[in-house]
Amino acid sequence: MESIGQTGTDRHDRGYLAERGWRSWAFTLDHKRIGAMYLWTTIAFFLIGGLFALLLRLELLSPQTRYFSNHAYNVFFTLHGSMMIFLFIIPAIPSGLGNFFIPLHIGARDVAFPRLNLASYWIFAAGFLVIIGSLVAPMDTGWTFYTPYSAKSAAAVTTLSLGLFLVGLSSILTGLNFLVTIHKMRAPGMTWHRMPLFLWSMYATSIIQVIATPVVGVTFLLLAAERLLGVGFYDPSKGGDPVLFQHFFWFYSHPVVYVMILPAMGIISEVIPVFSRKPIFGYNAIAYSSLAIAFLGFLVWGHHMFTSGMSPLANTIFSFLTFFVAVPTAVKVFNWIATLYKGSITLESPMLYALTFIFLFAVGGLTGPFLGALATNVQLHDTYFVVAHFHYTMMGGTVMGFFAGLHYWFPKMTGKMLNEKVARLAWALIFVGFNVTFFTMFIVGTRGMPRRYAEYLPKFHTENVISTIGSVVLAAGILLMCWNFLQGLRKGAPAPANPWRALSLEWKAASPPETENFHEIPVVTAWPYGYGTTKA
Amino acid sequence: MDNVFAFGAASGQAGRVDALFLVIAVIGFFFFFLTQGILIYFAVKYRRRRPDRDNETPSITGNPLLEFLWILIPTLVVVFIFYYGWRVYTDLRVPEAGATEVHVNARQWMYEIKYADGRTAINEIRVPASKPVKFILSASDVLHGFYLPDFRVKMDMIPGRITTLWLQPDRPGQYQIFCTVYCGTGHSNMLAQLIVMPPHEYAEWVEHGGRDEAGERGEPLHERGERVVKRAGCLSCHAVEGKEKIGPNFRGLFGSKVPLEGGQSVTADEEFLRESIVDPGAKVVKGYPNVMPTFKTTLTPEEVEAVVEYLKTRK
Amino acid sequence: MTGTSSEHHDPAVAFESAKLGVWTFLATEVLLFGALFTAYTIFRMKYPELFRVEHAKLDRVLGAVNTVVLITSSFTVVLGVDAIRRGKTRLLEAYFGATILLAAVFLCVKYVEYAAKFHHGLYPGTNLFFSLYFMMTGLHGAHVLLGMAVLTYVLVLSRRGRLSENYYTPVEMSGLYWHFVDLVWIYLFPLLYLVG
Repeated sequence: MESIGQTGTDRHDRGYLAERGWRSWAFTLDHKRIGAMYLWTTIAFFLIGGLFALLLRLELLSPQTRYFSNHAYNVFFTLHGSMMIFLFIIPAIPSGLGNFFIPLHIGARDVAFPRLNLASYWIFAAGFLVIIGSLVAPMDTGWTFYTPYSAKSAAAVTTLSLGLFLVGLSSILTGLNFLVTIHKMRAPGMTWHRMPLFLWSMYATSIIQVIATPVVGVTFLLLAAERLLGVGFYDPSKGGDPVLFQHFFWFYSHPVVYVMILPAMGIISEVIPVFSRKPIFGYNAIAYSSLAIAFLGFLVWGHHMFTSGMSPLANTIFSFLTFFVAVPTAVKVFNWIATLYKGSITLESPMLYALTFIFLFAVGGLTGPFLGALATNVQLHDTYFVVAHFHYTMMGGTVMGFFAGLHYWFPKMTGKMLNEKVARLAWALIFVGFNVTFFTMFIVGTRGMPRRYAEYLPKFHTENVISTIGSVVLAAGILLMCWNFLQGLRKGAPAPANPWRALSLEWKAASPPETENFHEIPVVTAWPYGYGTTKA
Repeated sequence: MDNVFAFGAASGQAGRVDALFLVIAVIGFFFFFLTQGILIYFAVKYRRRRPDRDNETPSITGNPLLEFLWILIPTLVVVFIFYYGWRVYTDLRVPEAGATEVHVNARQWMYEIKYADGRTAINEIRVPASKPVKFILSASDVLHGFYLPDFRVKMDMIPGRITTLWLQPDRPGQYQIFCTVYCGTGHSNMLAQLIVMPPHEYAEWVEHGGRDEAGERGEPLHERGERVVKRAGCLSCHAVEGKEKIGPNFRGLFGSKVPLEGGQSVTADEEFLRESIVDPGAKVVKGYPNVMPTFKTTLTPEEVEAVVEYLKTRK
Repeated sequence: MTGTSSEHHDPAVAFESAKLGVWTFLATEVLLFGALFTAYTIFRMKYPELFRVEHAKLDRVLGAVNTVVLITSSFTVVLGVDAIRRGKTRLLEAYFGATILLAAVFLCVKYVEYAAKFHHGLYPGTNLFFSLYFMMTGLHGAHVLLGMAVLTYVLVLSRRGRLSENYYTPVEMSGLYWHFVDLVWIYLFPLLYLVG
């Protein structure tokens, strides 16, 4: 076993990064390289999706359309949503950081099916190439593709459906790989209750991916069939039901938000104990709550459809079940905060982002009840209130968690340290920019501004201007952060194997790890949260 | 009428929604400040002061009583919010007895209104104050939405299905109607007005055949045309001048040479304008989508004439 | 190629992993077909008359033939798995060859059925019953084709001497998959062809 503090980054020791040439990447079976490829790809789509967001905010500076036509605006918000969801936020943590760190966390040399892992990446790539191809006739349906509009649209919906099918297949195969890996390849001595919590959250995530994604596959298959073959499941003129599309779509798309958030929560569970030098509070509760969230997440899809004409009984049941997802989620938040109690806390960038996650996710989460409660949902559905809610949970939550993971694991993945000062400056810009951009949307949504509007009534002007200013600050912070990553890659100080003095197994490997991860498979005798020594 | 947060409700029902909103907001703020306050407090209070002794933290891994409480209390709180939300919602969905019925059909990108006595309108609904009204909603082409923020009510409009929504306005005024389900290019232009009239004015309006200010004698035709244009939904898709919307601008249209799909071109004379209103698919202007609906049944021939006269004034 | 492959696995773990992997994959397939079965249930409840009238236009004889063909093919797969467990590669190849042949017969019969429907002007877009019929049997047929490819691959592996009584994971896994494909048909056949 490596001892803590040994560096692995002199010029000749590049670990898994040593071999060069495009073939060593394109045909790699190394989970770390595959994870790295996903990270580069998903971050690229994050930036492109973000560019579309900036175009939207530019247009929303004025109540009437000024720079773009209504149609162009509608295309922009569709591309923003679709890229961010399918090409960034769903794959980024699971397929990116998950691929890199799951085998390291369980003390294995690779995932269960390395060739399937490589295939998953190339299927994902094929998917995004097809999606890009569909831009010849770009979509303006919104990322939700509701019928009948999407069935009748002149845009390349069929092509896009194929692209999404491939991206979804990649997601299923990755989830399958992780499930088997976690079940079958844990190091000797690593019982389920000695696994890092990141693994519990990835396990729950993988279950959701495997069960929910096929349904959205069929949803889009049927949409393509309606366009190509005249199949009429969603077509009222043939006896079909447009709302059936919504049921199928949300049966996947609600659980998928837990695919987005659970891995990020897993990262928070890793970072907080390390930077408080305290064991995680309530390990079992956090572990089981991940499973509870995954399960409950399948029961509540109808809360996206309260105004779609569903019966009051159906609405009631979905509203009731929706509130219960709040409980395991709240439990995690309380546990993280309790971990800080009497800790010895430092605020390096991973910890800054982790605490920011808790703060912003709390805003997002506490605005959930407004939407889960039937009467207020009617007012707020399809307004900017919803847009604010999901940006606080998905960006304030998942993306901050992703940034926390990137900063935390940057030394391990690259063998270099990041510039902390620049990282903190970027964080500050992101934090301020984010809140200015999105908090105004709660206000304007409550006042009745509908979403997906290229033009809006003048009374909503002020908030929109403020929001756009915020988006510029946010963008600056993100670009600064990315620049910091690039600088770190090129000229970061060499990183020791365990710069944060953490106890989980990935820190026993070198920075960056050797291709086979560990010289010898470790034998695990304790859980990875044994920080602190004194009794309470 | 505008709303600020949860104030400005235009009906009793809406007021109850606002009360619920405020209760949820109070609960939310309470838990937010509690948890995040503690978070910030801990992050500051337990900052690492002695780096060499950062191992001396207590090994607290759980607290059964605390954990039980913070499962129980949130559960009770959310069940309460669910129940309260459900109670108010049930009121929103069950119409009062004796509601007048108004049919509203949505199509890209306008609302076609039909009253029980056969009168029709576009993008403007007139109802009397203090009486319940039930809207019977449908859609011709794609999904649309029917949202009145002042009344805190919303319902989707679905092709092949009927949905309903009811409200009872407290006082006269003009209230915004938005489309809230994305329906294509003109989605954000698909706006309408609910005009709530004092009961006696409403009665008069019904008596006069429901035409608003039906052609005051002596009113110039082009002025009447301007009012019709504003009322009948033309401006959802046409701008008078400036940045174009979905159809051609009005300014400079009359008398111009108009190229058509199919190669020919034609002069936009009175007949061309009249035909474009009642049979828009007959001659489609090159470069524009063939999406304009016909106004043959919505406007009388006199109203069509008035619109043409108005267009002639837009030189 | 960089990176490790599955040689680092202990063979018992590898076999167990493969089994868990295939079962998980089958779970995803259940959800895939499940969405279509849900649509079937919804529309059947909504339009019972349509279903009663239209389902009579399906050829029950051909459907029954296909059912027998698929069940037989599952049987030959079982025999093939049994053969390789006893190290009998030639026998495995014979049985799997037979399975592939039977699958081809299944697809030919489906071709005949589809052609007949088209000839009578019954297309996927004709009405909801036929939308369901073509989508469900079509998706199933795609899985039969995929299964044939997988079985062929196993056949090739055997011909190259890569299988034995000590290593027959691909045989077992492809067998599992094939049984699933058969099972889906066993639900499709009565629901589409038989139930009035």
